Amino acid sequence: MAEHNHTKHEPNYLEYQGKHKGLLGWLTTTDHKRIGLLYFYSMMTFFLAGVVMGLLMKFELISPGEQIMGAQTYNGLFTLHGLTMIFLFVIPGVAAVYGNFFLPILIGAKDVSFPRLNLMSWYLYIFGAIVVLASQFMGDGPPDTGWTFYAPYSLKTNTNVVAAVTGAFILGFSSILTGLNFIVTMHRLRAPGMGWLRMPLFAWSLYGTGWIQLLATPVVGVTFLMVVAERLLGIGFFDPAIGGDPILYQHLFWIYSHPAVYIMILPAMGAITEIIPTFARKTIFGYTAIVISSMAIAFVGYFVWGHHMFTSGMSSTSRWVFSLLTFLVAIPSAIKVFNWTATLYKGSINIQTPFLWAIGFIFVFMIGGFSGLVLGSLATDIHVHDTAFVVAHFHYIVFGGTGFAFFGALHYWFPKMWGKIYNTKVANLGLLIFFIGFNLLYFPMFYLGLMGMPRRYYDYLPMFENANVLSTVGSWIMATGLIIIIVNLVRARKGSGREIDNPWDGKTLEWTIASPPIVENFEEIPVVEHGPYEY
Amino acid sequence: MVLAALIVLTVITVLITSVEMGPYNTAAALLIASIKAAVVLLYFMHLKFDQKIYGIMVGIVMAIFAAVIVVTFFDYLYR
Repeated sequence: MAEHNHTKHEPNYLEYQGKHKGLLGWLTTTDHKRIGLLYFYSMMTFFLAGVVMGLLMKFELISPGEQIMGAQTYNGLFTLHGLTMIFLFVIPGVAAVYGNFFLPILIGAKDVSFPRLNLMSWYLYIFGAIVVLASQFMGDGPPDTGWTFYAPYSLKTNTNVVAAVTGAFILGFSSILTGLNFIVTMHRLRAPGMGWLRMPLFAWSLYGTGWIQLLATPVVGVTFLMVVAERLLGIGFFDPAIGGDPILYQHLFWIYSHPAVYIMILPAMGAITEIIPTFARKTIFGYTAIVISSMAIAFVGYFVWGHHMFTSGMSSTSRWVFSLLTFLVAIPSAIKVFNWTATLYKGSINIQTPFLWAIGFIFVFMIGGFSGLVLGSLATDIHVHDTAFVVAHFHYIVFGGTGFAFFGALHYWFPKMWGKIYNTKVANLGLLIFFIGFNLLYFPMFYLGLMGMPRRYYDYLPMFENANVLSTVGSWIMATGLIIIIVNLVRARKGSGREIDNPWDGKTLEWTIASPPIVENFEEIPVVEHGPYEY
Repeated sequence: MVLAALIVLTVITVLITSVEMGPYNTAAALLIASIKAAVVLLYFMHLKFDQKIYGIMVGIVMAIFAAVIVVTFFDYLYR
């Protein structure tokens, strides 16, 4: 391990005192690293709230009949769980935290192109979050539509849909501005010598993500405005009673919300692509193929939204077209998995906590990916649509994929972000318990779905009880692992551990600077003379 | 000249609604609107006189947007 060997001429970003001090200093900062941490702390708060909601729902499902809540409360809770986890955690997710913190450093820049716009994105995110959460307490009660706000129910329910979709609309702007900022930063601020094909692959994944954020998010923004207009003015976009088409809502919603899955997963894949070569001590296998696959996922991902609508009454021509396109998107995803594993081949593998998270990611992502093929296939989808199978698939991809990458990246970059190293034994133990709990929680849902248990019900037939008990116990084990992981990191953050600039012997630019980095990252802008993973 | 083209296209948009073409009415309206948008982008927003890279980027965005609309209309045409 390389010990701290920099003579610090400038204070690091955590110590720096600008015009304002303390909390005000953080709330008015334009430093991309501080903004990354603002996102991190706010997102972790929402994530933990979402976890508690999930635990409550799993407790309700421990046996048939009403346990701790009735149907309406359960409907409100799964809607809030979805809104919180999707819009407040995984969509900003890896990109908002690690993208903000590391993108400028990885490409050798002092900051993003538009630092003030960056801060504004965070404020929009917080404002949107407040509106979404306020929808739970204002008006006629929490929305009970699910996070998808499907018409015509979202037009008919007396619950507070308008506030919730307005909040999601505002959150969309935060996402668009972040995407725009990242794209411009990569076009304009790469260090001398850093050509496009010398950019670290995490940056490439953010580039693909940025374009999706920029191009797909306005569609859902307009769609949500149409829901508001329809509810308030009765225009007739989606309500068949006044000449609308409810399937149009599903088209518009999924034109954004399927690419949104790639907003969540692409940066996650990018983070894993940084971790693998560092711990394999080997240049990434197939750099260009990974770049192309990132862009291909972003591109093909635009045209697969209809697989959410196979049973909605869409035309049969559209169904097979969307099914075909859905299978196509599996190809670039598989290329990435192949390249990660091929990088490990004949590598000099150093098994550390971030590497274990990356391996865990590949395992759960593969289960999520393969179950996605079951759902992308027309015949099998009709059998398992709207069952617990979809919930399992979705959580394996979004929580297993993005969540594992989020915590993997946190363990990878923690020493850089805070300049401290955590207890690796405790971190590994936490991961092991989390991994067992995760699989015990979600895997039984595949079985339950295949047996016909519908999703979004607070009650079920007695035949489903055993698997549900397993799943609920899994949720407790997973929460235990999560507590161990978080407590370990908080202790490391507060502890007086050694300052280490490059604990993993990484080769990308963030490992060449001090930990924690100074305010403008580099004392001198580096000149890049080779690719990012030269081992 | 550009303004005249936009006015003519607007008149055509109005006139074409009186021709019965079923679902293709929407396609025609979208096509004319796209031509008008392209004219505005090229001349009023100076895309034609700027570096080529901006034209390429706008072109890709438009192509994706058009493809999304076409794929959506698969459903409406064959339902």
